[in-house]
Amino acid sequence: MNRLRLGWRKALNAIMLSLTGVAALAVVSVLFLILGYLIWNGGKSLSWDFFTKLPKPVGETGGGMANAILGSLKLLLLAAVMGLPVGLLAGVYLAEFGGKTFSFVVRYTTDLLNGVPSIVIGIFAYSLVVLPVKHFSTLAGGVALGIMVIPITVRSTEEFLRGVPGTLREGAMALGASKWKTIATVILPAASGGIITGMLLALARVAGETAPLLFTAFSNRYWSSGWSQPAASLPVMLYTYAIAPYEDWHRQAWAAGLVLLGIVLLANLGTRLALSRRGAVRSI
Amino acid sequence: MSSTTTTVESAAPPKSGPRALVRRLRHRDEVAHTLTLVVAASILLITTLLVYELWINSSLSRAKFQWAFLWTKIWDPVFDNFGAAPFIYGTLITSIVSLVMAVPLGLAAAIFLSELAPRRVSDAIAFLIDLLAAVPSVIYGLLGIFVVVPLVRTTIGPALINTLGYVPYIGTLFRGPNYGVGFLTAGIVLGVMVVPFIISVSREVLLTVPREQREAALALGATHWEATWQVVVPWARTGILGSVFLALARALGETMAVTMVIGNDPRIAASLFAPGYTIAAVIANEFTEATGDLYLSALVELGLVLFLVTFVLNGLARLLVVATERGGGHA
Amino acid sequence: MIAVSPGHNAAAARLAPQMSIDEPVTVGSQREALVRFQISDLNFFYGSKQAVFDLHLKIPANRVTALIGPSGCGKSTFLRTLNRMNETVRNTRFDGRILLDGQDIRKMDVVGLRRRVGMVFQRPNPFPKSIYENVAYGLRINGYRGRLSELVEHSLRRAALWDEVKDHLHKSAFTLSGGQQQRLCIARALAVDPEVLLLDEPCSALDPVTTAKIEELMFGLKDSCTMVIVTHNMQQAARASDFTAFMLDGKLIEHSETSKLFTTPSDPRTEAYITGRFG
Repeated sequence: MNRLRLGWRKALNAIMLSLTGVAALAVVSVLFLILGYLIWNGGKSLSWDFFTKLPKPVGETGGGMANAILGSLKLLLLAAVMGLPVGLLAGVYLAEFGGKTFSFVVRYTTDLLNGVPSIVIGIFAYSLVVLPVKHFSTLAGGVALGIMVIPITVRSTEEFLRGVPGTLREGAMALGASKWKTIATVILPAASGGIITGMLLALARVAGETAPLLFTAFSNRYWSSGWSQPAASLPVMLYTYAIAPYEDWHRQAWAAGLVLLGIVLLANLGTRLALSRRGAVRSI
Repeated sequence: MSSTTTTVESAAPPKSGPRALVRRLRHRDEVAHTLTLVVAASILLITTLLVYELWINSSLSRAKFQWAFLWTKIWDPVFDNFGAAPFIYGTLITSIVSLVMAVPLGLAAAIFLSELAPRRVSDAIAFLIDLLAAVPSVIYGLLGIFVVVPLVRTTIGPALINTLGYVPYIGTLFRGPNYGVGFLTAGIVLGVMVVPFIISVSREVLLTVPREQREAALALGATHWEATWQVVVPWARTGILGSVFLALARALGETMAVTMVIGNDPRIAASLFAPGYTIAAVIANEFTEATGDLYLSALVELGLVLFLVTFVLNGLARLLVVATERGGGHA
Repeated sequence: MIAVSPGHNAAAARLAPQMSIDEPVTVGSQREALVRFQISDLNFFYGSKQAVFDLHLKIPANRVTALIGPSGCGKSTFLRTLNRMNETVRNTRFDGRILLDGQDIRKMDVVGLRRRVGMVFQRPNPFPKSIYENVAYGLRINGYRGRLSELVEHSLRRAALWDEVKDHLHKSAFTLSGGQQQRLCIARALAVDPEVLLLDEPCSALDPVTTAKIEELMFGLKDSCTMVIVTHNMQQAARASDFTAFMLDGKLIEHSETSKLFTTPSDPRTEAYITGRFG
């Protein structure tokens, strides 16, 4: 056998295999890079003011993002109230009741909705809620985020319901429980851990969304009362401040980024760890 | 009561007892069934409504520009002349750049995670990469502005200009003034954003390749790399392709990170260092400033175009991933 | 030491583990030519769990040696050490010496070893390529130039598959039946002209007719190739092999000519196994 060729093959082997390791390392290091920059730059600018003060007028330094934090919370609440029940019930339907073709159509449409770019969802919410009344509102933002919550929740609910072992189901039915009773008292509780974590993940996902809010909830330099006024939100503030020419605003953008990422990562870490302990694997 | 029913129900009185109970329960079952069905159907309603609204609100623009909208290069709000070409171009270019970066990187990392890393290390790293996928777009944009843009302006840009800029044909991509923002920067940021999807799906697909395939190649005297690249990866190629389509669909719809680093200039330029615009970015920037119904309608039409493209791509992607799950490498 | 019990042929008792390959080896009453593999003091471990204990064996050249024994006795594990295939599993190691034509296989380059010692697996595992490309694969990676088609044909003939596939070499390997796929895998392994062919229960997924075909082609390969076959099927071992080794709980119990082992086994455990009293 050709000795030179073998040498070349083994060299290539070593090079290519190391390159794959380098690639994996590079990708993982991006995560730590992001974290590092945010902690360094955001940590410097984080203060009590950030969480409690309103934004100062343009050009003045100081102020905070208290209204944006509240706004994000209100939007999340709306999204949860509107999207989670829909997602849950639809998931129950797909896992427990569904007929073959209708289920297929529903699942396909849910996947479709999941893949719609968030800015297009924003256009949809705009045409539904903003256009008729001709002003931006917290409600419109909540609708947009609520729609985004639905497909994620449907998928995870169905997944965890299906994961309940058949023996549990049969045990309940053998005792004479009707279908809905089995679902409500046995299956849902059994899957509840996974379903709740799925919901939290969905909320964590939309908490960071900016695009659909740009022309629904828009923004607000002050507190927004009620649900029909435009509202500031953390991601939109971050965006506005980051692209502006003011140093002070850049500082605050980093702080906002740190807070936002902190929330999103903690939610993801917490839920994924809880999920993996149950043995469920979550794919993107 | 007719005589037929009395023979069947002779065991118990109809108004109380086990039979009535069963009827009540079945009634509740049906309520549950109907309720969840209606909710599930509402998803269909929402989606149909979405398409409808996109269609209706773009009618002005569609009526005026027809199909020419897709290849008109002008975007002129002042004279109410709108064309999608610069944005389609920008969306395509940035997505292609992102894939050029993300596919080799992602596939290599996926190979490492499925072939080389011990299972626990692989799972841990896959977990971290899933976290990367959860980072919001606007934060990628933030880092894009303050880290990648200066990097492209001072380091990466000049490096590329001085090397690839002199190669015939490809060189035109790397000429011209370099301000740090532009197609290349947007492509790089997008690439980083979509790489976790490629890794996650490809890794899962590679892990399902039967051990005997790799062993057969090794038993013939192949090196580890040869067995992986020539046998394992081809077996999984359908699923890997699906992951690329998924990544592409994500890249096309990305808004915030792109609009923060692309320069927001509706021009078609050959150089990757030129500022540009994507469909999602122009909608994000100009939607609230749109004066006039035609202007807004044109923006909605852009949204419709984006929706259709991502719809087709996602459909293809799902098909490919499902095909691997079912048939293995028999393609 | 090879298990020796009273009454065993005196010639066999002379066998010592440290013989060189040039000395004729005698197993049973026949004089054989050369030893292909010489295994001594082999102990194999999966992590902390030992799977093979103190194994000594000589595999004669150009003959078929069968490894039999109940499930879990370590015969597949042992087979896979011969081409260092166990190295693809984490946390495995072995002590002892395995010599291929006098060379220690651990000191050899593993890629080169595997070209000389081929393997056929339990279930057919053709690559997702055409029939032609499957056979040509081993040739391509080893850099054989030209003459590819001739070598492919030659291998397919040796595997008794040529006539069935010669008109559609470029069809996918998956269009073949199970038995044909297994013969394709044999052709693929033969293409790189190995000195030894290891077969790990190659017929367990196949029907009796196909099994017979494969045993037939093994007989034809003997002149050019040494074969070691792990099998659950004792009738197959009795039919197709020249020598048989019986393993139990990771130890080699008995090794002799097939005819002798199956008619007058020396060890009572061997007798118990082949008469079906356990396993």
